[in-house]
Amino acid sequence: MSDSQAAVQNPAHAGGHSPALLHHFADEQQQRDSASLGMWIFLATEVMFFGGLFCAYLIYRLAYFGDFAAASQTLDWRLGGTNTIVLICSSLTVVFAVYAAQQGKRSMLLISLVLTLVFGFAFLGIKGVEYAEKFEKHHVPGASFQFDNVKVPGHADQIANPHHAEIYFALYFIMTGLHALHMIIGIGIFVWLFLMAWKGRLTPEYNTPLEIGGLYWHFVDIVWIYLFPLLYLIDLHK
Amino acid sequence: MATPTGQPFERENYLNKHYGVGSWLLTTDHKRIALLYLISITFFFFIGGFFALLIRLELLTPAGDLVQADTYNKLFTMHGQVMVFFFLIPSIPAVLGNFLVPMMIGAKDLAFPRINLLSWYLYIIAGCMMLHCMLTGGVDTGWTFYTPFSTEYSNTKVIEAGLAIFVAGFSSILTGLNFIVTIHRMRAPGMTWSRLPLFIWAHYATSIIQILGTPVIAITLVLVVAERALHLGIFDPKLGGDPLLFQHLFWFYSHPAVYIMILPSMGVVSEVIACFARKRIFGYNFVAISSISIAVFGFLVWAHHMFVAGISVYAALIFSLLSYLVAVPSAVKVFNWTATLYKASIHYEAPMLYAFGFLGLFTIGGLTGLFLAALGINVHVTDTYFVVAHFHYIMVGGALMGYLGGMHFWWPKITGKLYPEGWARLAALIVFVGFNLTFFPQFVLGYLGMPRRYYDYSHMPEFQVLNVLSTAGATILGIGYLLPMMYFLWSMRYGKPAPDNPWNAAGLEWQTQSPPTTFNFEQEPVVTWEAYNYDEIDKAHPEEAHVVG
Repeated sequence: MSDSQAAVQNPAHAGGHSPALLHHFADEQQQRDSASLGMWIFLATEVMFFGGLFCAYLIYRLAYFGDFAAASQTLDWRLGGTNTIVLICSSLTVVFAVYAAQQGKRSMLLISLVLTLVFGFAFLGIKGVEYAEKFEKHHVPGASFQFDNVKVPGHADQIANPHHAEIYFALYFIMTGLHALHMIIGIGIFVWLFLMAWKGRLTPEYNTPLEIGGLYWHFVDIVWIYLFPLLYLIDLHK
Repeated sequence: MATPTGQPFERENYLNKHYGVGSWLLTTDHKRIALLYLISITFFFFIGGFFALLIRLELLTPAGDLVQADTYNKLFTMHGQVMVFFFLIPSIPAVLGNFLVPMMIGAKDLAFPRINLLSWYLYIIAGCMMLHCMLTGGVDTGWTFYTPFSTEYSNTKVIEAGLAIFVAGFSSILTGLNFIVTIHRMRAPGMTWSRLPLFIWAHYATSIIQILGTPVIAITLVLVVAERALHLGIFDPKLGGDPLLFQHLFWFYSHPAVYIMILPSMGVVSEVIACFARKRIFGYNFVAISSISIAVFGFLVWAHHMFVAGISVYAALIFSLLSYLVAVPSAVKVFNWTATLYKASIHYEAPMLYAFGFLGLFTIGGLTGLFLAALGINVHVTDTYFVVAHFHYIMVGGALMGYLGGMHFWWPKITGKLYPEGWARLAALIVFVGFNLTFFPQFVLGYLGMPRRYYDYSHMPEFQVLNVLSTAGATILGIGYLLPMMYFLWSMRYGKPAPDNPWNAAGLEWQTQSPPTTFNFEQEPVVTWEAYNYDEIDKAHPEEAHVVG
């Protein structure tokens, strides 16, 4: 990045310390702690961002449980479950990457980052298949939405209210869509981290970008861990 | 000190280190970014003020003659949106906070200077979106975007306005994030939490609300935009949606947002009162903790905006009680400031006049807030001018007075120039008189039953006298706001050079030169004293106890 070049040229940085140290920090420790705290606070913001949606979801799920169950069961829990496993594996490879950077194991670092990216793309691919199916079945909220004569699970005589099912699908698309957007941003970050690692910029002394990028990735992963049961597994035993 | 030509010798500082547009638009210096914000929010302040002027002109006569109903709806909507999201919320944090937070704790900059610049650019992008929205037709939902009107029925630019405020929200979040990390990680050696200026405590509390509240309104606006574009049914009762859910989510942010506006102002007042009373703030710990309590309690009172919206009576009772509780830390502050003034040798410079104005007006605003927290009175005065007067006493009488007081107090540090004290005192007086004349009649109007957001009150011509008073007050208030802008601009060129510490004030920001250098301090300061050690300062330099004025 241009920082380190600027750091070399800027006389304010004259001194024996690392070129990655920005001028307004006293030492590397302070810079690392600041970056880490900054990411944690950003994640607190993200929790509240998704929190508004979880709040809306819970209220309508309690109000229209049967309709939500009916709508939920049009989703394929196998695809959702596979994606859950894919994401858990990706978090594991992120942990490996952080460990490898701290230990200075270059090939392990690069392999872990590539695997993380592969898992990330796999998740988005599976998500794309699921979205495509929703379009085919007219389960996308809007003018062409259809949800007629679907029975409420466990109540053979009860037909689900299409309006309430539409609210379910609206929340489904907004929640998983925002999550997917976070995944895409995460993949962008990890491509950048891979390039940094390739150039040898992630070292045992300086790997803060990977550490806080990892925090972000784990957070996005955890959001999915909540989304999966809430969206896919409503009343599934019936 | 003078150069041979007789011109004052200008030391290198953050203003003259680099020149050119690029050195400003690409700066990561927190002080320059503060000035970028100052220019931008002043621009939006005058836009919002222009809408207010048109509103007051319309209400001068009972008949709806100046503008028609649709235009009037747009005027009060855009007045609210511009003033809340583009002036009040960024005002003190993004200008004074940006400038002072690093200096007060002895840091060279905020923890994330480039994110700080990004937050200004987000603000500018949001501002351009809002301007575009206003110029191509505007929006008429009220600043509150209530559903289902905003999602189904309004035929104005709801989506554009919603997205503009969404973007502005991220600007606010990034400022708060930067402040929290800076206050945690960048304090100079010896600057412990109990030695922090109360301005810092106030900004810490503000930042907590910014990072935890703002994302909720962001996602709410996403839902409104999606609902309006696709008719999802989330907030539409026809389709099984719940409009009250929107109100809950909206006020979950927008009530705490009031504390985003008022807390930094309280921080300013603490600094100013301590300096011009030449005393340590009475009950420092209580004032500091009360900022945090306001931030925490502020998150628990939102439904008092919804007492007549159809929430359950038990919820209403609980939110009424919690709303009373939030008055406790606010009162702690007012009492402690008053106790600080007790038997002090008070100097009446312009910043102190604004602080006095704040004390009186915030107290009235706060007490009428208690009226509104009481369920019975709330039902009586809901959606009347009583509510309008109440929140203007907090947001204008409180937040804006603090902002102006702070601008005067730190102007010598920011620009290195002294403002003309006589004019400043006159302006403070004009603002105080104009403000009360504008908004006190509105309490009476509201109590008598004049509803807010009506452009025509021809069936109630007896309300005209009070409305004329209010409009006359607004004119005076407008002059009171134009004056500081003119003499501030004048002082940048013609003002006397400011000494490093014109008020002989405590605080690290006064121990460096005016204006400061890019990295704020020649050497990293080491703090060995409590905040507001005015006893020691005045004992050490009795002859300097009163330098200016």
